[in-house]
Amino acid sequence: MKFHLDPAPRLNKNQIAKIATKFLKNNSLINLGIGIPSLCAQFIKDPTILLHAENGVYGFNKFASEENINTDIMDAGGNFLDMNKNMVFFDSVESFNLIRGGHIDTTILGAFQVSKSGDIANWIIPKRGIGSIGGAMDLCANTKEIIVTMEHTTKKNESKIVDKCVFPLTAVSCVNKIITDVGIFELDNNSLLLKECAPGWDPITIQKITDVTIEYDEKIIFMDIDDV
Amino acid sequence: MGNQKIYKSFDEAVMDIRSHSSVMIGGFGGSGGQPTRLMLALSKRDIKGLTIIGNVAGISETTGYGWPKNSKPIDQGIFFKKGIANKIICSFPVPASQNPKSHIEKFWLENKDSVEIVPQGTLIEKIRSAGAGIPAFYTSTGVGTIIEKQKEIKFFGKKKYLLEHALSADFALIRANVADENGNLQFLGTSRAFSPAMATASKITIVEVDEIVKVGDLDPNNIHTLGVHINRIVKRRKNDMYP
Repeated sequence: MKFHLDPAPRLNKNQIAKIATKFLKNNSLINLGIGIPSLCAQFIKDPTILLHAENGVYGFNKFASEENINTDIMDAGGNFLDMNKNMVFFDSVESFNLIRGGHIDTTILGAFQVSKSGDIANWIIPKRGIGSIGGAMDLCANTKEIIVTMEHTTKKNESKIVDKCVFPLTAVSCVNKIITDVGIFELDNNSLLLKECAPGWDPITIQKITDVTIEYDEKIIFMDIDDV
Repeated sequence: MGNQKIYKSFDEAVMDIRSHSSVMIGGFGGSGGQPTRLMLALSKRDIKGLTIIGNVAGISETTGYGWPKNSKPIDQGIFFKKGIANKIICSFPVPASQNPKSHIEKFWLENKDSVEIVPQGTLIEKIRSAGAGIPAFYTSTGVGTIIEKQKEIKFFGKKKYLLEHALSADFALIRANVADENGNLQFLGTSRAFSPAMATASKITIVEVDEIVKVGDLDPNNIHTLGVHINRIVKRRKNDMYP
């Protein structure tokens, strides 16, 4: 996406996904939502990180090629997976024991809106009137750490980081980090901290497209972005 | 028990599902765990008013979700297309895209109160509870959202929880890889999903399988669903058009 007053290009979806993966810890169990989060899998190189999908598998690392499809091995996004030796399968009861029981370390997911208090809205667009919850409410209410990856604004350049979500909520006070196509943010105590800016962007230009007052350190980091 | 549970055809296995029955559909969504042939047989019945209980319910036909390319995806929308269902309880009724509109979205436009959307973990726990003799349970999932409406709220420590009730059904249609003649089941990969819990939570469970083996041929250490939960078994024909 590029808008008239943008000082530089915004990051593409793969770049956002790649940045998100650098916040994942060793030996952690991770759930990736659909959309940008599902792109993270290709950038995870640490073999101790296990990816969980709520349909009943963890330990997967890549999609199956067209000629290698097994319909009994897929992720929650409906993508067929390649087998590897780390993979184990389980039913939905066990899968949500993992989620509700707090055994998932980090969930990365997309959002329509995130509020400064960490509320997330990601399942229904009010104008349409019907949406799908899937595992999002369970993941947001029960995962230790929530990272949201999303475009910073809507297609009309309206801020998706808001004082208070207008869209119906998925969960309250749960988001820890937001990675958008212009910066990396942390949510802490009802404040929005800008930690890093995309190349060519600075706190002042980011503030212009953000509805919440941004706080930042004087030593703000400017991201070094790979071309992905 | 012997061969009494084995039915020769899918049509015969769903013959006594009457109007206004509640029917759970196993798997997760997508072709792998879905009892596609039992669903097709049920969709041909001249009945009405079914309540369908499933997870990812109606997104495959329009998006191809969980189906191989160049296949003809079928999902739980088939019961609404045929007009034999008038309610659905699920976690994922519609895809992100509205174009083209799915059968469940078309049904919802006319019957807004008849599509009940439940968080996935709450849905599976409601079903598990029904099968385990637990009438209700507390969960923090949905706190502060529209799911909270009209639910009993309780604090344990400082954390808020919602009371959710067990959910059972008259029938469950599921798919497994292998059954023995007593109905003991083994599933493959991610095709297990909702099926084992649904088998415990319904009065009659009907399973479609790739293979039926003799009693004693399955390793008793590796039974995923116990035969006591299974009432009818139908074997798939080899090489039909569905995955």
